[in-house]
Amino acid sequence: MRKKVGSLYMQLSCSRLILLLFLALLIGGAVRAQEPPYFVTYSDVMEEPGNLEISYKGINAAPKNANLFNSGTVEFEYGLKAYWTTEFYLSGQTTQNDPTIFTGYRWENRFRPLMTTHAINPVLYVEYEDINEGDRSFLEVVNHDSISDVYAPNGQARAARQREIELKLILSSNTHGWNISENVITEKPLDPSGPWEFGYALAVSRPLALEAGKKACVFCRENFYAGLEMYGGLGTTENFGLSGTSHYLGPILQFNIPKGPSIGFEPSFGLNANSVGLLWRFKVSYEVEQIFGRLWRK
Amino acid sequence: MTRGKRIRMAGVILAAMVCMAADGSWLRRVPDTDRQKTNPFAGRADAVAAGARVFDDHCAKCHGEDALGNRKHPSLRSERVQHATDGEIFWLLKNGNLPKGMPTWAALPEPMRWQIITYVKSLGTESRSEIEK
Repeated sequence: MRKKVGSLYMQLSCSRLILLLFLALLIGGAVRAQEPPYFVTYSDVMEEPGNLEISYKGINAAPKNANLFNSGTVEFEYGLKAYWTTEFYLSGQTTQNDPTIFTGYRWENRFRPLMTTHAINPVLYVEYEDINEGDRSFLEVVNHDSISDVYAPNGQARAARQREIELKLILSSNTHGWNISENVITEKPLDPSGPWEFGYALAVSRPLALEAGKKACVFCRENFYAGLEMYGGLGTTENFGLSGTSHYLGPILQFNIPKGPSIGFEPSFGLNANSVGLLWRFKVSYEVEQIFGRLWRK
Repeated sequence: MTRGKRIRMAGVILAAMVCMAADGSWLRRVPDTDRQKTNPFAGRADAVAAGARVFDDHCAKCHGEDALGNRKHPSLRSERVQHATDGEIFWLLKNGNLPKGMPTWAALPEPMRWQIITYVKSLGTESRSEIEK
């Protein structure tokens, strides 16, 4: 049964990816981004003004004592200004022996307050999210999020909605080809009785080559990024700390196909008993250059 | 002066200020230490070829494949850019000109940024009309 659900999901994922790539190719004009390859951590790299990046982020996991699940999030990231990026997310998931459900949406804005580059570059992140407890996108881990969250059946979890404001302080540095990024995350349910929830994400990455070769090639080292990412929860205002929280660590590999999409992969290993043992994360993203100028020209 | 005239006058002044700000004012902000940086790839033919590839990936979408710019984005073959030092252009790539829409390219590895500069400088000064002739 598990094999059957997995293969069904793979078919769905592949068809989504093909559809996404087809749409992107239809619009045309993919470009390679300088964006680091992270799944959870944000860096100071903003979307270039006028460009639209369409991404699909998927997770496949088989938690201990729970059903296998597959989660998918589609992201639309648009550069409004060189210092202001806005992004919209739609998430859903399918769980073995459970119905496939839409789990909600998020809308975030990122602002770069300093107009020049420094050793550490801050970015302010504000997000509104309307998701239900069936959400398994793991776009961030906060509070005491743990493996027990995935035990609830979808029918029950989808009924419990969470409307929250999420704030992040993104700190990012670029040196000698390396990007080092740290995110301090806090979430506040719109329900006034809900506590502030905290989390973190840390990551480091580097392209495999710092110089471009003189000849165009697909499998050049400069087209590959490698990195390491760690993220987890830090409790709430009422119960701050590591106790009862979950944490993940994973290596990342990303391949930027010249004039095509970027494909990333990260196995996130749970670091304690509260974590899901292993999250297989993958993503494909495609950047459409100057989307509105292109549409108007057509 | 009527209210309408005052509004028109303010509009003209604002437009003039925007034009002046877009007129290479970033060059005045470059510190001397950055201005004097030397390009380790200067004059290398392989860097011109590599820079052309990186330019095509990252810069051509705004500045055009011929680097001549368009209505919103400046030409990189103008005298201002071609006469700027490599260090000045490197500073611009690192910091961008965010209020004017030029993003920072600090996350692009330094050698690639120097390769772009080597390529752009190899293009020389030329206007669209000169090329069309």
